[in-house]
Amino acid sequence: MEQQTHISKHRILELLDYVKDPEIPVINVLELGVVRSVEVEESGKAIITITPTYTGCPAMDVMAADIRKELLEAGVPEVEVKLTLSPAWTTDWITDEGKRKLKAYGIAPPEKSADIRALKGEQPVVACPQCGSKNTVMLSLFGSTACKALWKCQDCLEPFDQFKCL
Amino acid sequence: MIDPNPMEQSALFTYTLRLADDILILSQRLGEWCGHGPVLEEDIALTNRALDHLGEARNLLTYAGQVEGKGRSEDDLAYLRMERQYTNVKLVEQPNGDYAHTMVRSFLFDAYHLPLMQALTKSNDAQLAAIAGKSVKEATYHLRASSEWIIRFGDGTEESHQRAQAALDNLWTYTGELFETDAVLEEMTKAGISPGIAAIKESWSKTVDQVLAEATLKRPTDAFMMTGGRKGLHSEHMGFILAEMQHVTRAYPGVSW
Repeated sequence: MEQQTHISKHRILELLDYVKDPEIPVINVLELGVVRSVEVEESGKAIITITPTYTGCPAMDVMAADIRKELLEAGVPEVEVKLTLSPAWTTDWITDEGKRKLKAYGIAPPEKSADIRALKGEQPVVACPQCGSKNTVMLSLFGSTACKALWKCQDCLEPFDQFKCL
Repeated sequence: MIDPNPMEQSALFTYTLRLADDILILSQRLGEWCGHGPVLEEDIALTNRALDHLGEARNLLTYAGQVEGKGRSEDDLAYLRMERQYTNVKLVEQPNGDYAHTMVRSFLFDAYHLPLMQALTKSNDAQLAAIAGKSVKEATYHLRASSEWIIRFGDGTEESHQRAQAALDNLWTYTGELFETDAVLEEMTKAGISPGIAAIKESWSKTVDQVLAEATLKRPTDAFMMTGGRKGLHSEHMGFILAEMQHVTRAYPGVSW
């Protein structure tokens, strides 16, 4: 009988790098800040706790399934993905690398929630991810997914998504 | 499965279910705009908001099922209850009507929902506080969006102003129900689980006054207020809403994605 390899927490974190947001495939679950904890029991069972971004985000179920699949395929004997609502996820948990990747993909990254003018009803100044111009206008507070707002650049005239500050 | 009599349930279950049903039915109504929005951006915005509401409903229904302790899942509660077991207010059942009606209905609800969620983050019930912690930031965006539409309509053209005022006048009678008290609410408030409803009403009223003033719309006078939703007595629209919402589940029992 084969000896079961004990997959370490460090290795699991490496594996989670491969689990991408299904809607925004350039950013992974660690960069999104949705992985709250990784525990490995003596039996080798991994318990991953994630937290949803927006309450109704349908991508969370897919992410949980993808996490399970990725770890099981790598040889983790048992995987449990737990969901926690508290503390509430905030866009501040998106890493700087994650924000850079969003911008490169064409999505304006969220501003820091300390700069919370967005939630207070004041318009943030959002740079166009295509041409960099700050001459932009918001078309809709509710964009194509729960986390995004729709903007338009008045210089290059391209529309773009903005990841809303939460 | 015979549905348990809601009156025999614990106050926490009943209270959680009320929160869930309000937002579930509103979500269902907003979802009806899918493909019918006045402009593409609004079609997307409405279904986006419906999805936020649905997420909150899912969290609340799941928790209600756990509190009840009889093994009912979020799906069992959403799809398998009969009309008289739903405890939502009548406001959220009202038809979408024209865009002014939909926006006014959302505004009147959002202005109540935000202070409620803010207060619930301090609830003595940890799970309700956690759910509220998630919903409160989204609720801020919702109220902002509805308020902006009310202002656009009210301080817009003569037609948009008339339609917004008509919607307000029609829907005002459904606002009283949001602030009703009964034994369940009193028990929850005493336990520090729900906030006192008077404070929520005050916040709601202030927001309504502020936004209507900027929209140059007249706040209707309080007259007869519709009631009964919390006891499972709904308007004639509820049956149709549930028929559409439940029929796939009921046609294919036990099926899952």
